[in-house]
Amino acid sequence: MKQTILRKLRVVLALVFGLVIAFIFIDIRQFLPEKFITTALYLQFAPSLIKFITTFSFAYIGFVVVLLLTALFGRVYCSVICPLGILQDVFTRVSLLFRKKRKRKIRNRYSKPFQILRYSILAVTAVTLIAGTSLLVNLLDPYSNFGRMVTYMAKPLVIGLNNLLAGGFKELNLYFIYRIDMVPVRTVLYIFPGIMLGLVLVLSVTRGRLYCNTVCPVGTLLGLFSSRSLFRIRIDASACNQCSLCEKVCKAECIDYKEGIIDYDRCVACFNCINVCKVSAVGFRMKPLVIPAHPGTVELAGVDGGKRRFLAGSLAWLLGMAGISMAQKSPVPTKQSTVPENRTLPVCPPGSTGIDPFNDACTACTLCVSVCPTQVLQPSFLEYGLVGFMQPRMDYHSGFCNYDCVKCTEICPTGAIMPARLEDKQLIQLGKAIFIRDNCIVHTEKTDCGACSEHCPTKAVYMVPYEGTLLIPEVNEDICVGCGACEYACPTVPYKAIFVDGNAFHQLAKKPDEQEKAEVRIEEEFPF
Amino acid sequence: MKRRDFIRRSVGAGVAAGAFMATGGIGRLMAGPARQELPYDLIAVRGGEPDVMFDRGIRALGGIGRFVKKGQSVVIKPNIGWDVTPERAGNTNPLLVKQIIKHCLDAGAKDVFVFDNTCDDWIKCYRNSGIEKAVKDAGGKMVPGNSKGYYQDLTVTGGKVLKTVAEHEIILKSDVFINVPILKHHSSTRLTIAMKNLMGNVWDRGWWHRNDLHQCIADFAGFRKPTLNVVDAYNVMKRNGPRGVSVQDVANMKALVLSTDIVAADAAATKFFGSEPSEINHIRYAHEMGSGNMDLDSLNIHRISI
Repeated sequence: MKQTILRKLRVVLALVFGLVIAFIFIDIRQFLPEKFITTALYLQFAPSLIKFITTFSFAYIGFVVVLLLTALFGRVYCSVICPLGILQDVFTRVSLLFRKKRKRKIRNRYSKPFQILRYSILAVTAVTLIAGTSLLVNLLDPYSNFGRMVTYMAKPLVIGLNNLLAGGFKELNLYFIYRIDMVPVRTVLYIFPGIMLGLVLVLSVTRGRLYCNTVCPVGTLLGLFSSRSLFRIRIDASACNQCSLCEKVCKAECIDYKEGIIDYDRCVACFNCINVCKVSAVGFRMKPLVIPAHPGTVELAGVDGGKRRFLAGSLAWLLGMAGISMAQKSPVPTKQSTVPENRTLPVCPPGSTGIDPFNDACTACTLCVSVCPTQVLQPSFLEYGLVGFMQPRMDYHSGFCNYDCVKCTEICPTGAIMPARLEDKQLIQLGKAIFIRDNCIVHTEKTDCGACSEHCPTKAVYMVPYEGTLLIPEVNEDICVGCGACEYACPTVPYKAIFVDGNAFHQLAKKPDEQEKAEVRIEEEFPF
Repeated sequence: MKRRDFIRRSVGAGVAAGAFMATGGIGRLMAGPARQELPYDLIAVRGGEPDVMFDRGIRALGGIGRFVKKGQSVVIKPNIGWDVTPERAGNTNPLLVKQIIKHCLDAGAKDVFVFDNTCDDWIKCYRNSGIEKAVKDAGGKMVPGNSKGYYQDLTVTGGKVLKTVAEHEIILKSDVFINVPILKHHSSTRLTIAMKNLMGNVWDRGWWHRNDLHQCIADFAGFRKPTLNVVDAYNVMKRNGPRGVSVQDVANMKALVLSTDIVAADAAATKFFGSEPSEINHIRYAHEMGSGNMDLDSLNIHRISI
C-alpha cells in the first residue's frame, strides 16, 4: 500500500505551523493571547533548550519532545515544526512555478554531506552555549532567523498594506482598520537577516534543504538522532525498478537510488519519495536490525541558472525595505541641545534581571519587539557589544515602557525575559533617569516645559521652583523605574535633556510615598 | 504644496477657519453660534453625577440643538491621554462623554466621532479609560489618532509663535466640535483644562514644548474655536498631574462647566481648582489676545446647584 497520506499530513501540518508562527510575528492588531503564543512556540528547539537551561524547569521541555519525535520518526521537526525549514519548502515550491510546465518538478541528485563543516558548526555552537553565550545560537537558530526575517521584512509590508486599506476606509469615515506607524528598523540591522534570507533562498531553490543539512546546528543535532530513528523511509530492493524518481525529488539530496540507500542523518522526513514511487517500493517502516553502511559518493548537482532572478528580486526587495526604513524623517529641529546623553549602559527589558543574563539567554528572535505595544523594544546593533548582536533593548527614542504592561515577559520563548507579575514589574528599576539641565528648555529658553514629569508614572521626575514662576525637573532615583517615558517625551533635539542610563542588574525601586487623600479645598460652591 | 497654498489663501481671505479635505470638500467647521443667541455666557453646575450635571447644564443653554443640527456630524474631543482607569481621573469621565453623545444623536446628529492623540499607547488609553465602551454603547464612533497619516498641515492664523500645525482630519471634516476636557493639575502648564486639551488635536506637540508652550496653547486656542466646551470637574486630580500616581491624588468635586468661550471655561474651572486664572500663563495670554474672556465678573453666568 502506498503511504500517500504521510506527505499530505506533512504538508498540512507544515502549513499550520508555518502560518501560525508567521502570524505570531505579524500580528499587528495583537489578536493573539500570550498563552496561545507560548503554546504555539513550545516546540521550537533552541528557545526551548535555552529556557530549560536558564530556568531548569521541567515545564520547558519542548526540546525533549522534539528529540523523542526525532528518535521515533526522524527529522519531522525540520519538515513541519521549524518555520525556517517550512519557508525553504515554500521557496522551492514557488520557484517551480517559474519553470516551464513540463519541468515543474524538483530535480535533485544525491550529494555528499559536508560532515566536517556541519559538525564543526554544531560543536562550536554547543561549546559557546555551554560557555555562557548564546551568540552563535542567536546567529544560527532557524526559529530566531525566521522571526527576524518576518519582523524586519514581512511585517513592514503587512503594515504598509494595512495603512493603504486604512487610508481608503477613512475616506468613508470608517476606522475599524487603523493606520499603524511602525518604528523603522535601522538599515544596518537588515544586513544579517538579509544575508540569511539570501542564503536560504538560493540554497533552497537550487539544492533543497542543503542549508538545514550544512549550516543549521539544530538540523545537524537532530540528524544524530534521526540516523537511528525507529521509523524511517526504506527502499524495498525487490520492488525497486531503478527509475531514480525518489532520488530526484529528495529535498535533502540524501537518497542514492542506485545503491538503494538513504542517509537518515540528512533525511527531513518530507515523504516526497514515497509519493513519487510508481512501484510502491519506498515506504515508511520500522528500522531493520542492520543499519545500512554509509552511502558512497556521487557527483554534486550543477547550479540551475534560471533562479538568479530570484536572488536579484530579493535583493531589490531588500533595498526597497531599506528605503522604507529611511522614509520617516524627523521634524526640523528648532533650537539644538548641546550636551550629548552619556549612556554608559543600554537598558534591557523588564523580567530579564540584568544585561549579562539577558545577553546569555536571548536568541534575538525579536518576538518581544514584534508584540511590544509601545514599540519601545527595538533590536540593538552593537549596543550590548557583539554578544548581544541584534538582541532587543529599550529604545527610549522610539517609545517608552507602559507602566501597566507585562506583555514581553509573557511571551519570551527562551526565558531571557521571565514572567513578571504587574505589581512586581512596576517596582523593577531598569535604569535611572538622569537630568541634563544644560539641555532643558526651561533652562535654555526660560519657558515652561515639564513634558518629562508629565509622562512619569511614579513622579520620580517632579517639578521644583526655578527662576521667576518657572518650574524645572528634578529626579528622585529611588522611585524611578527607568521606563523611559521622560526621555521619550523630552522635546529637545538632537540630545535629550533627560535620559535613562541602564542598570547592569535590575534593581528594586521604592514605591512612591503614599500621599493623603486629596480634598476639594474651595469653600464656596461657586468660587466666582 | 497646492493644498497648503489653497488653505493659506482661503484662510487669509477670511473665508473660514476651514481646511481642504482629502475628499476634496471644504471644511464645514464653524465657530459656535454668536454669543448673544445663547441665554448665558457660561454655565456652572455643582453637586450631581456627570450625566445629570450635563443634562441640567445643556438644558439651561437651550439644549444641544442650539449647537447640533439634524444630519450634522459631530466630533467630541475628550482627554484620553493616559492608560489609567476612570477613578484615577486622568481622562475625561466616560459617563459624561456617553451622555453628550446621546444628546447629539437625539438631536439628529448623523455621526458622533470621538478621538484623542494620546500620550500612552492609544489602544490601552481608549480601552482602560472606559471611553471606548461608553462611546460604543452610546452609538458613537471611536476614531484613531495614533498616526501622522490622520493629520493635515494647516496654517495657524493669528498665532504669535505657532504658525503651522498638523491637526486631526476628523476635526476638519466634522460640522460640530465639542471639546470635553477634564480639569487636572499639570506639571508643565500648572493646570490642564479646555485650551490645553486642544493639544490632543495636533500631531507634533514636542514643537510646542520647545517653543514657549503657554504661547502655543494660547495661539491655537485663538485659531481652533470649539463649538462648545464642556469641562469635566467631577473627579479632579489635585496633584501629580497630568498622569497621577494613585487614586489618592483625586478629589470628588462634582462640578461641570459649559461655555462657548474657551477662555471663560478655563477661568471658571481654574477657580474651582482653587487657583487664579491670571496665574495660568496660557489663560492670561489668550485673554490678552482677545480669544475669550477670563474676567468672570463681566460674564453672564448661570449657576446650577443639584
